[in-house]
Amino acid sequence: MIKEIAEQLKTRFSEMDIEVPLEEIESKLDALINEYRVPVDEAKRSVVNQYLRKSDIPELVKIRDIQSEGQWVSLKAKVVQLWTSESESIAQAGLIGDETGTIKFTKWAKSDLPLVEEGKCYMFKNVVTDEWQGRFQVNFNKNTEIQEIEENIEVGSSVEEITGAIMNIQSGSGLIKRCESCNRALVKGSCGEHGKVEGKYDLRVKAVIDDGKIVQDILLNKDTIETLTGITLDSAKEMVAEALDPSVVLDALADKLVGRYFKVQGPKIGRYMLVEEIQKMPVASDHEIKELIAQVEAL
Amino acid sequence: MQDAEIPMEFAPRHAQISEDTEPPINRRFGRREVAKRVFAKEYRESNLTFKESDDQYAPLYLLTPTGAKCNRVFIVGTLTEKEDIGAGAEFWRARVVDPTGAFTIYAGQYQPEATRALAEIEPPQFVAVAGKVSVYDPGDGKITSIRPESISVIDAESRDIWIMETARHTLERISTIGSEDPDAKKAVEHYSPDREYYKQMVLMALMSMTDKPAEEKDSDKGGFDVIDLSKI
Repeated sequence: MIKEIAEQLKTRFSEMDIEVPLEEIESKLDALINEYRVPVDEAKRSVVNQYLRKSDIPELVKIRDIQSEGQWVSLKAKVVQLWTSESESIAQAGLIGDETGTIKFTKWAKSDLPLVEEGKCYMFKNVVTDEWQGRFQVNFNKNTEIQEIEENIEVGSSVEEITGAIMNIQSGSGLIKRCESCNRALVKGSCGEHGKVEGKYDLRVKAVIDDGKIVQDILLNKDTIETLTGITLDSAKEMVAEALDPSVVLDALADKLVGRYFKVQGPKIGRYMLVEEIQKMPVASDHEIKELIAQVEAL
Repeated sequence: MQDAEIPMEFAPRHAQISEDTEPPINRRFGRREVAKRVFAKEYRESNLTFKESDDQYAPLYLLTPTGAKCNRVFIVGTLTEKEDIGAGAEFWRARVVDPTGAFTIYAGQYQPEATRALAEIEPPQFVAVAGKVSVYDPGDGKITSIRPESISVIDAESRDIWIMETARHTLERISTIGSEDPDAKKAVEHYSPDREYYKQMVLMALMSMTDKPAEEKDSDKGGFDVIDLSKI
């Protein structure tokens, strides 16, 4: 078994122009698996990472292909968005993107790396993938190198589409208040960054849509909600003023959305799909029904 | 909207079933479970339950004869009966009928939204129900029901969309019977399902949309499902 894995790895290394003797890979795997009793997958990863680091050519990957944590990779990407850093130990954080999608990055203060700028493209060598709450991200550390590059990367909008039923609407939906300075949703009249503020009203829906095969968290903004449900920011304010209870808006929205079928479209940012288009799903025509009946009969 | 669990000692006897005890935020099992689409007839005939780990919060699954591995389901049909069977606290039992049969749903104080909805809805009415699989074993065989998370009144069009969708998903599962798909294999081992039988079930559901009773459109009865078996 070890021999097979070693051969696999050797092929993978040669594809990346790293030549390593087969025996060397084998003995490393053997030590990890048989002596240290490391699970096979962990052993593979450890050997791969050793050589990648040594060779100083961590695999250049596309953002879409980042599907596991703890991998050393390199990325060519554009800085799409910079966020205000939440903590002193983080120098910069935000989103970087390539033609296959976007991913969150965190640049640690300790890493002592140059500042990156929004809209510029860079080669990020030696970054580590990480997973947090089911989403992948990349971390820049002391071993990371950042070089600005000339070419312009078109960031893939990665617009996705799902047609399914809305399962529920989550708290934090309905008539909400946002901070005037940073646009964050206020929690009990307080902004996470600016403390107690007056805030401005907005409409938002956080929901879960499910097509029987996958589940997707979606965010609907004010415009989408107004067009789809007829509930406007002004009418929502009136409803609340009348009922003296902000949850009436959430209930009214749930009445119009939960248990119903929609087709939604929009880019996926982390966990949420930011819905740009939403339509009621059309009913099947008689022709479609007949076609499906024929399909069943043919089975 | 949280998944509240029923503490066994407080639940009425008929709710003391092999409960899926998913905590409000399922940290250990991260992902939200997909709501499977299954017709009532197939759901009723299901009796294979299992967990994939020994952890007390591991989700409970019900495997159906065509191999749908359900923890959560989404069903649409006609609410035909409801009854508050609670002693003291509200506890609703309701029947939701699709073209192939009926689902039984139970909602009590730990399903506040569904309970509120059931108290208000007067049958017959088209409803959409998202909820968790529930299985009760009185000793002589398992009885499947649904513990609803949400119940919404919807229209006949949504009902038709659900029938089409559920027919498609069931059809896909029927065609995996006999394949290497792990859920299908497990279902075959346990139920030895007859493909023809489930094909007929899907047909029955689809035919119900083409053979609409003539008076349904204008009736104000909310459109009862009438299945004329002689036409199938």
